[in-house]
Amino acid sequence: MTRDQAFYSALSALNKPAYVPGENKRLYDKDTSPLKNRMARENKIVESLEKAVELSGLQNGMTISFHHHFRDGDHIVNMVVDTLARMGFRDLRLAPSSLSDVHAPLIQHIKNGVISHIETSGCRGALAKAVSQGLMDQPMIFRSHGGRAAAIEEDEIHIDVAFLGASSCDPFGNANGYSREGEEKSMCGSLGYARVDAQYADNVIVLTDNIVGYPNVPFGISQRLVDYIVCVDDVGDASKIMTGATRFSTNPHDLMIAEATSNVIVHSGYFYDGFSLQTGSGGASLSVTRFLREAMIEKNIHASFALGGITGAMVKLLEEGLVSRLLDVQSFDLDAALSLKNNRFHQQIDANYYANPYRRGAAVNQLDVVVLSALEVDTNFNVNVLTGSDGIIRGAVGGHPDTAAGAALAIVVCPLMRGRMPSVRDHVNTIVTPGDTVDVLVTDQGIAVNPKRPEVAERLEKAHLKVTPIEELARRAERITGKPDPLPFGDKIVGVCTYRDGSVLDLIRNIT
Amino acid sequence: MLFVPGNNPGMMSDAHIYGSDALMFDLEDSVTLREKDAARLLVYHALKTIHYGECERVVRVNPLSTPFGKLDIEAMVAAGAEVIRLPKTETAQDILDTEAEIERAEQKYGIPVGQTRMMAAVEGALGVVNAYKIASASPRLVAIALGAEDYCANLKTSRSLEGSELQYARGAIVVAARAAGIDCIDTVFSDVNNEEQLVKETRMIKQLGFDGKSVINPRQIKPVHRVFTPTHEEIVKAQRILAASEEAAARGSGVVALDGKMIDRPVVIRAERTLELAYASRAVFEEDEV
Repeated sequence: MTRDQAFYSALSALNKPAYVPGENKRLYDKDTSPLKNRMARENKIVESLEKAVELSGLQNGMTISFHHHFRDGDHIVNMVVDTLARMGFRDLRLAPSSLSDVHAPLIQHIKNGVISHIETSGCRGALAKAVSQGLMDQPMIFRSHGGRAAAIEEDEIHIDVAFLGASSCDPFGNANGYSREGEEKSMCGSLGYARVDAQYADNVIVLTDNIVGYPNVPFGISQRLVDYIVCVDDVGDASKIMTGATRFSTNPHDLMIAEATSNVIVHSGYFYDGFSLQTGSGGASLSVTRFLREAMIEKNIHASFALGGITGAMVKLLEEGLVSRLLDVQSFDLDAALSLKNNRFHQQIDANYYANPYRRGAAVNQLDVVVLSALEVDTNFNVNVLTGSDGIIRGAVGGHPDTAAGAALAIVVCPLMRGRMPSVRDHVNTIVTPGDTVDVLVTDQGIAVNPKRPEVAERLEKAHLKVTPIEELARRAERITGKPDPLPFGDKIVGVCTYRDGSVLDLIRNIT
Repeated sequence: MLFVPGNNPGMMSDAHIYGSDALMFDLEDSVTLREKDAARLLVYHALKTIHYGECERVVRVNPLSTPFGKLDIEAMVAAGAEVIRLPKTETAQDILDTEAEIERAEQKYGIPVGQTRMMAAVEGALGVVNAYKIASASPRLVAIALGAEDYCANLKTSRSLEGSELQYARGAIVVAARAAGIDCIDTVFSDVNNEEQLVKETRMIKQLGFDGKSVINPRQIKPVHRVFTPTHEEIVKAQRILAASEEAAARGSGVVALDGKMIDRPVVIRAERTLELAYASRAVFEEDEV
């Protein structure tokens, strides 16, 4: 229609402006230069980390976040916090998805007041020990992976700036833990935990040592969510980010537990064609995959999907057709990362998709069986995976409470004793996963079934798997180890262990 | 039978959980001279304290010719070991000497005389030559075992994978055990990572007539049990033979027939043994229908 009087009166009635070339300054001018030239001129790459921090508008007292996909090889957290300290920031709230041994240098930044609060899933090594001994004025807040995703979504954790390391990123911010565009210097596979930060943080800075051509597909983090990109020498130590395939344990205790667990699964009532499962990466729970594989082949049973931290052992089941799909929030080894890169039935998912406690459709709720390791289990089936027998923080909540609550059958595995310490006892040091969500305990000296699940106990006994009351297992351990002395706890609260919904499960006190 | 070094508390605290039929706590070769007393005390307390479930508790003591032999026997009898295993047995007199020490200890600690049983390990040429005399020397003797390492050294040869150097000794020991009416246990297979060869060797010694095998690592228990566990077909056949035999007995007939064929007495005995093994290995349960 010609732009006559009638055209303009109609627009006025619609309350819409007419298009005028060049008038809306928010639109970019048409750029006629070839892509290769445009790419070099207009992108999100910032010349330095300091510059990116300035652009992000970070202020004292704000919250910064990180992911833990680089595990003990991570260089990002220390590099960023060192830089922020040099730039004079103070009183920051650190909210990484987890922390490990390599983050010991944070001790100095806590002492100097750069970091005042930490919220994480786990903590290990010298930092964890220092926190347990009362390093921080504010207690460390522990959340599960699903609990963290929900807390971020509901703005209980408001991330001002997320610093996300990536194994590959294109100039517009399509980032991933691997790259099909060439060889990455360091590969971590899934960026599942980082994706939540990218989605909800006010500002997202991607740090990478590998800028690849546009578009970096498939991407774990979309360019839509990324504000700035910083090139760094190394995102991490490749040899510590990923090792080759996680090796099967030859420890006879682990093998016994694994075989018994596989037998429990087979006779639990949840072993049918099309079932779903998650197994961990610890010695015993990893070996379960191997024994279960034999049972699946023998009985011609296939799993619809396997979830979680994915290992090479699970990849093998996918490749053999015993498992149809893998949902991968975290790739535990190189085989898992390579499979994510190359196998289209191996899907990267984020922590929200994985374990958000408020979503009926979360993947953990679709699990038939999960196998989880434990440091300690009490006679009410409460599980501790966070503090050691010395009361010192040395672990991570991870997806433990999420998967236990989601799966139809949650099996916890641990040896009855570790050295001179009982693992099954009357009380655990720290409750991380509440006993009412745990169904079966498998130890090297017997199987216990939660009295809430009599039908499971009945099925196991029918299959000649001996079920022992959990109190009897605790007594059996105590007969050999004796009752451990009480730990030298002080009065200071150094850690708060929250459940998936943010309610408090347990408090961790300082060790004197 | 799982070997457990007598100086390793970590291994002793839960050695019974792996499913071996017997545990052999060792005070002899796996314990250095400096630790003999400590190991004796450790095993004594383990036997007194730890509930080893259904595992038979065997202790390998030092020979009486050493300063430790007598002390070992006294402590282990007092601790309630079910079987004392005598190493490097060469003559029937070795058995009698050991038995005398056991009896002395039983009297001293108020244990019914004769309750403690014995096992003899033959580990040299002389022992193999005397195998029957050794096996029949005492009613306490429940089994005779072969210790291959010392035997090979004594024979001036070495151990091979296929074990041709042990053929004579193995045969001699099985025959001696059967003649004396006791059990015979084969020697260990030391390469814990070679499961394939372990299974091969176990099949071979089972065929020779051995009742069991010694193992040095819990990982070896399952492969050995698999060889000794009757197959489903064998169990079904054995049950049918025994049913036919019972039916014949009920009829007052000495002639057992199955599927129109006569069944000889040895076949019935073999069927009984198959079922004993099947129950012992939990391949089948008495209350189950097969």
